[in-house]
Amino acid sequence: MNLRLFRSAARSLPSVLHQRRLPVKLEASRQIIVSSATSNPLALIAELTHRCPLHCVYCSNPLELQNRANELPADIWMRVFKEAVELGVMQADLTGGEPLARTDILELVQAARTAGLYVNLITSGLPLDEARLAKLIEAGLDHLQLSFQGAHEETANEISGTKSHAQKLRVLDWLKQVRVAVTLNFVIHRNNIDQIDQMLSIAESSSATRVEFANVQYYGWAFANRERLLPTRPQLDRSIETLKSAQERLRGKIRIEYVVPDYYAKYPKPCMGGWGRKLMLITPTGEALPCHAAQIIPGLQFENVKDRSLREIWETSAAFQKFRGEAWMQAPCKTCDRREQDFGGCRCQALLLVGDASVTDPVCSLAPTRNKVDAILAAGNNGAHSEQTLTKPDWLYRRNPA
Amino acid sequence: MTPDPQSHPRLAPGCRLSENNQQRVLLMPERALRLNGPSLEIVERCDGKHTVQQIVSELQLIYSKAEPKKVESDILHYLARLNDQRAIDFA
Repeated sequence: MNLRLFRSAARSLPSVLHQRRLPVKLEASRQIIVSSATSNPLALIAELTHRCPLHCVYCSNPLELQNRANELPADIWMRVFKEAVELGVMQADLTGGEPLARTDILELVQAARTAGLYVNLITSGLPLDEARLAKLIEAGLDHLQLSFQGAHEETANEISGTKSHAQKLRVLDWLKQVRVAVTLNFVIHRNNIDQIDQMLSIAESSSATRVEFANVQYYGWAFANRERLLPTRPQLDRSIETLKSAQERLRGKIRIEYVVPDYYAKYPKPCMGGWGRKLMLITPTGEALPCHAAQIIPGLQFENVKDRSLREIWETSAAFQKFRGEAWMQAPCKTCDRREQDFGGCRCQALLLVGDASVTDPVCSLAPTRNKVDAILAAGNNGAHSEQTLTKPDWLYRRNPA
Repeated sequence: MTPDPQSHPRLAPGCRLSENNQQRVLLMPERALRLNGPSLEIVERCDGKHTVQQIVSELQLIYSKAEPKKVESDILHYLARLNDQRAIDFA
């Protein structure tokens, strides 16, 4: 498995983190400079709501979801967007839940764009129609990311816990008529990883210039459903072969990015590009988090954008300081050559798998606790339940807030 | 892929020039490229009006001290990379 061919990162991790050099070697001029030592966040993940028409079994939202009454009002989001630009943020990911569940979404898109942000909308497409799409683009939407739960009606609907697939195909037709960047996000797991060829067909007949095949990452709802979601090793190897050749075949037409399940990786993903290093996530109620799942880590205190400016939070919040830099690292990370590449991996994964957020990510082959991950993989690849769950999974569906 | 000299490169949907920390950047899905010098001069000309050949000629003038063949091959290489990244299309 050659991980270098693919982006190995958390789902919905903006790859302003993975800026690539595009060198121009004109002798009479300077080289392109891509800053690597940015001290300000580059992207703001705005979870506008936890409300959602889908019930996906791997949702990255926390198990405890907030209802509408607790959501931040538009005026606070508008201030947050302005503060983000002042802090150096370039991109906003408007996400949720389903961000289109907000009746003020047009106002929010416009405010983010006017503030100076590149506006991404990450949506299921369910609350969309042609007129609303046109209005979103008029309001300044740069990039629409449409999630897919599978290539076929039956499996996709099973994963999302609702009838959703046919509407997504309609959205793809509407998107052909407008000028906006389109990414398709296929969320991959044991039950749909063998459909990648059909997923590629959907992508090729759409106007998407970018397709993400992101294996589920095991936090929150996905952690609860992990046994039923983790692909087998042969499945994973086949998918990598398929996607490698698709990357070549579709070069210049569609950019294909693939995120492997990091349980199978040799080294951990640089989760969020390093804790408190490039990204800020704001929950529907205004809590500022260094990552999607940070609230599961005991003892962390989060600041709320209702009380503090983004700059104050970025620079002084104890939660953002906690695992920033290297001072917190233990062996083997502390002296590892890779510590500036993967920053010790994922804190939440360390907590979930071995009960301590400050140890090396257990998926790392150098971690003293790697045996935990190997045991999970062995059970998933050899256990009797691996066959059983392929045929009749017993899902824990996300229940949605009011 | 080598770009056709007569084609007209232009920014792909959802890709646009902006500024960040007093520097020009090309914003695109999930990425931002900082631009300066020749990279900026090239991207600014990806406007659907310039042909690849015109971009090459104009930069050969600006960088008249550089070997013209080298300027050309670097630009073609850079445009192909931008196309791979889906930052530009050739019309």
